[in-house]
Amino acid sequence: MTLKYDPNVKYAKTDEWARVEGDIVVVGISDYAQDALSDIVYVELPEVGTEVKAGDVVSTVESVKAAADIISPVSGEIIEVNEALDESPELINEDPYGAWIFKVKASDLSELDALMSAEEYEAYNATREH
Amino acid sequence: MRYIPITDDERRAMMEAIGIESIDELFADVPAEHRYPDLELPAPLTEMEVMRELDMMAAENANLREFASFLGAGAYNHFVPAIVDTVISRGEFYTAYTPYQPEISQGTLQAAFEYQSMVAALTGMEAANASHYDGATAVAEAAIMAVNIQRHKRRTIVVSPTLHPQYRQVLRTYVQGMDMKVIGDETHDNDFHTLIDLTDDDTALVIVQNPDFLGQLHTPQEMQDLADAVHAKGALLAVSTDPIALGILKPPGEYDADIVTAEGQVLGNSLSFGGPYLGIFAFRMKHVRKSSGRLVGETVDAEGKRGYVLTLSTREQHIRREKATSNICSNQALNALAAATYLAAMGKHGLRKVAELSWHKAHYAAQKIDQLDDYEVISDKPFFKEFVVKCPRPVAEINRYLLEEYGIIGGYDLSQDYPHLGNAMLLCVTEMNTREEIDDLVTALGEAAHPPIVLDLEVSL
Repeated sequence: MTLKYDPNVKYAKTDEWARVEGDIVVVGISDYAQDALSDIVYVELPEVGTEVKAGDVVSTVESVKAAADIISPVSGEIIEVNEALDESPELINEDPYGAWIFKVKASDLSELDALMSAEEYEAYNATREH
Repeated sequence: MRYIPITDDERRAMMEAIGIESIDELFADVPAEHRYPDLELPAPLTEMEVMRELDMMAAENANLREFASFLGAGAYNHFVPAIVDTVISRGEFYTAYTPYQPEISQGTLQAAFEYQSMVAALTGMEAANASHYDGATAVAEAAIMAVNIQRHKRRTIVVSPTLHPQYRQVLRTYVQGMDMKVIGDETHDNDFHTLIDLTDDDTALVIVQNPDFLGQLHTPQEMQDLADAVHAKGALLAVSTDPIALGILKPPGEYDADIVTAEGQVLGNSLSFGGPYLGIFAFRMKHVRKSSGRLVGETVDAEGKRGYVLTLSTREQHIRREKATSNICSNQALNALAAATYLAAMGKHGLRKVAELSWHKAHYAAQKIDQLDDYEVISDKPFFKEFVVKCPRPVAEINRYLLEEYGIIGGYDLSQDYPHLGNAMLLCVTEMNTREEIDDLVTALGEAAHPPIVLDLEVSL
């Protein structure tokens, strides 16, 4: 199965994706990440209102194989979490770029410059052992 | 688990692979003169001689077949039916460890699952783990779990001064360096309102004991009111309890405790000098992912047949490392099996009977002791199987008299942990104490009230 890469988001080395909507940054995990984790059974969502810094662990995605920390790629305030994941964590497996995890009202969008484009991320993944 | 020794051929192949000629070469770094130290051991004995020597050493200890005991304070003398030892002595079970390839040992997992199910039913909770080390470590794990549930935003633990003093010590040892605070037992004020007043927006967990360390019972209504008040302040409530008492008392799950812990020794485990025991740990299903310890779950295999697995192990340290919900992912499998066997053998009615007998005998003893001129039962609340007696002399002196003159192991000396009570003794009575023993205790206490006239006739043995 080929992995999907959404050209409209930016990627972190730790496999989060970030999509900019105005000054809001929507964060989820990549197809590569959900494929590596396999069946996701639980998502520990952050609390709305929490102030985060870029690089903070804000959420945990747990699969039958492992539990992975989700890192915020940007500083700001968590303004919304995807509560559908409480009941249906498998949405991330089914549609990783649709099933966002949290939204941050970003204080400094330039922090996203450190992230990779879809092409760069795909090239990066080619160098990793899956 | 099987142990398969290596063959000579395998040993040779390994030696070749690492390039050595003899096993001795592996010890080359140990200076030659220290390699085979002279241990100066006594001469070897025959099996018969060893048995005789061990019997003599064992006879130095007071044991509960020969001595009547009224000592409790966290470890209790309850009857252990013969079936418990029969079951736990089976070779398939007789190991201290949860297997590293757990699913190969379906029998071990099934036993743990049944233990968890019975613990959940007994405590009125939705889930239970496969046990912790003892009642004290279970309390400490409850504190850490509560802080995890609160996402580390609340870091204070409020403890009742009548939570077992040693449990509070273990709790403090556990959480040192974790940026957590333990408060509530600075004074001996045991009023729930004091605990509620101390509960604020930094409080992760309030821990109380019921029946408490001094044997006293809090009514289900008092417990419910406490739970409501604690929850209203956004904190959680943990209750440390006595599983035997749950034979007649309302389980903590019914008055909305979030975590229930207990010393499980009372369930089919002998006193044996203080351990090994087991820590009972039960909780709400909604908090299962923050729970500590190992969890066994029931499932079906590829053919649809019932099977057991270690479940939710992504919380555990071998996967989550320093982010694990607890760093104890071991359990007391054999002790938990003893507890499960005990509960299965006693059944609902048997457990109730044990609790009732303990209750009635303890109340008979308390009534008789209270009638003595120099003693007073000072438990002002209802009690279960333990009660506090105010004594006319230091408890240690009275206990020495009981032991030497009557072969009675007296109660727990409270003067260290609760000095405000004065010369106070915590007495425990269970179904194991006969009426004759209790009457002897009352007589002996009466005699011990006044220091005997000491005639200096001590003969050295």
